[in-house]
Amino acid sequence: MNTNSLWKDAFFRLTKDKLAVASLVIVLAYFIIAILSSLGLIASGWSQEVGASNLAPSIDHFFGTDIFGRSVIMKVIRGTQVAMSVGVAASLIAIPIGVTLGALAGYFGGWVDDFVTWLYTTFSSVPNIMLLISITLILGKGIFSVYVALGLTSWVHLCRLIRGEVLKHREREYVQAAAAIGGGHLRKLFRHILPNVSHIIIINTSMQFQVAIKSEVILSYLGLGVQGEPSWGTMIDDAKLELVRGVWWQLAGATLAMFFILLALNILGDALRDALDPKLKGK
Amino acid sequence: MIKYIIRRLLYMIPVLLGVSLIIFVLFNVVSGDPTAVLLGKNATAKQMIDLREQLGLNKSLFAQYLDVVKSAFTFDFGYSWATKQEISKMILQGALPSLCLSAPAFIISTILSLLISIFVAYYRGKGIDLFVRVFCIAGMSISALAYILFFQWFFAYKLGWFEISGFEASFPELISYIALPAIIWIVLSIGPDVRFFRTVILDEIYQDYVRTARSKGLSEIKILLQHVLRNALIPIITYVVIQIPSLILGALLLENFFSIPGLGGMTLNALNASDFPVMKAMAILSSVGYIIFGLISDILYTVADPRIKLK
Repeated sequence: MNTNSLWKDAFFRLTKDKLAVASLVIVLAYFIIAILSSLGLIASGWSQEVGASNLAPSIDHFFGTDIFGRSVIMKVIRGTQVAMSVGVAASLIAIPIGVTLGALAGYFGGWVDDFVTWLYTTFSSVPNIMLLISITLILGKGIFSVYVALGLTSWVHLCRLIRGEVLKHREREYVQAAAAIGGGHLRKLFRHILPNVSHIIIINTSMQFQVAIKSEVILSYLGLGVQGEPSWGTMIDDAKLELVRGVWWQLAGATLAMFFILLALNILGDALRDALDPKLKGK
Repeated sequence: MIKYIIRRLLYMIPVLLGVSLIIFVLFNVVSGDPTAVLLGKNATAKQMIDLREQLGLNKSLFAQYLDVVKSAFTFDFGYSWATKQEISKMILQGALPSLCLSAPAFIISTILSLLISIFVAYYRGKGIDLFVRVFCIAGMSISALAYILFFQWFFAYKLGWFEISGFEASFPELISYIALPAIIWIVLSIGPDVRFFRTVILDEIYQDYVRTARSKGLSEIKILLQHVLRNALIPIITYVVIQIPSLILGALLLENFFSIPGLGGMTLNALNASDFPVMKAMAILSSVGYIIFGLISDILYTVADPRIKLK
C-alpha cells in the first residue's frame, strides 16, 4: 500500500462522518475569519465607538457594546484572529522540533536517544502552566512571547510519540529493503519512515491546537498575552468586573466563540484519529 | 525491583539538573537585569550595583547555576524579592490552604468520574452513554475562566449560597469558603476524567478474557467491577497519580478568583510582582513533585499488575 491510498482512504472515511465534516467546516470558517481579520477586511474598526457604553445585545449590535461603546462582535472576531494565530504559530514551532528530535532519537538510538529522552523528560517535568507563565514573564508580555512559550511546551508530546513510532518502524522490512538498495540513513529516515508516521503529526496537532487556544486565553486573562488588542482572554478579564453590573455579553461572546472552535477541534481530532489510525478503530 | 527504584532515583539527578538548567536559563540568562525593574525608574547606579551584590547576581553564571541546583536539592530557596520573607516558610504556609481546596476536590472528582465511567461503560452504545459523551466534550469546550466567573457570580453573588471570596483556616467556617471552588474544580475535571476512564474501560471490554468471563455466565456488573476494572487500573493509576503534585500547586486560577491564600495565588502574585525567586521556587518544587510521583506511579504498576517486572 502506498502512502497516497492511506490518505485517500482516510479522507473518504472522514467525509462519511457527517459530524466530522461539520467540524471541519467550522474550523475552516474560523480560519477564514482569522485571515480576513488579519488582512483588515473585517472588524478593522473594532476600536471605534459604535454606540453608547455597555449596550445590551440587539438587532443593531448582535453582541452588544463594551464599556467604551465598541462592538463586542468585532472584538470577538479580532480575538479569533489572535487565538488562531497562536494555534498556528505554536504548531509551526513545535512540529519541526518534535519531529526532528523524535525521529533522530527513535532512528539512531544510543546516546542520541539518551539525550533526547533526557531533554523531553526534563521539559515534561516542569508543569506546563509554570513553564508558560515563566517564559511569557521573562520574554516580556505580548503575543510573540505567547507563541514562543506555547511552541516550546507543545513539542514534547509529539516528540515522544514520533520517537516511539520510528523505533517500531526502524526494523521493518521496507526499511531493510531501502537499505539493501543502498539507501543511506537520511534517505531511510526522511523518505521512507517519516511518511509512514506522519499521521501522528496531524492527530497530535489537532489536539495541541486546542491546548494552544485554551492557554492563550488564560495567559491573556493573566495580562501576559496580546497587548492593546482584544483577545478572548482579555474580554473575559473585563467581564470579571462587569458581571455584577449585569453586563454578561462580553463573557458570552468570548465563551461562545471559544466553545465552537474547541468543540469542532475535539470532534475533528477524534475523527482524524479513527480515520488515520485504523488500528485504533472501534475502540 | 529495588534495583529499578535505585536506578530511577539516580535518573532523577540528571533530570533535576536539566530542570535547574531551564529555570536558570530563563531567570538568570534571558531575563536580563532585574534590578532596574525592582528599583524603579529613579534608581542610581550605586543602588543597582549594591542590589546586584545583595541578590547574588554579580557572581559568575556558573556559580548562579550552582545556586539554582543547590536550591533544587536542599529546598532552600532564599528570600522573596517582594515580601522579603523566607520562601520555604511562605511555601509551608501556603500549602495548607491549597490542600484544603485541592485534596477533597480531587478525591471527590476522581471517585465520581470513575463511577460515572463504569456506569456509562455498562450502558455503552445506549442513549445515556451518548448523552454523557456529548456532555463531556461540550463541557470541555468551555473555558475554565467562564465556569469560574459564572459560578462565582451566580451561586455566590446572585444566590448568596457561598462566600464570594476569602478563606478561614478553622473547620466549620472553612466549608463555606472552599465549597464553591471545590465544586468548580469537580465540574472542570469530570469532562476529561470521564472521557479518559471510559476509553480505558472500553479498551478492555472487547478483550478475549471478557468473552470468556461472559461465557462462564458471570453477570455484566461482576465482569466490569472484578475483571475489566482490575485490568484498566494501570492507565487509571498513572493518570490519577501524576495529577497529585499539581494539587500542591493548587488551582492557580481558582485560588486567584476566590482569594484563597494558597500556593497558586502566591505564584500569581509573584508573577505580577516579577518576584523571580518565588517563581523559581514554585517551578522547582512542582517539578520535583512531578518526578517523584512519576516514580510512584511506576512502582504502583507492579502492585496493580504483578506480571509487570520492572527492570
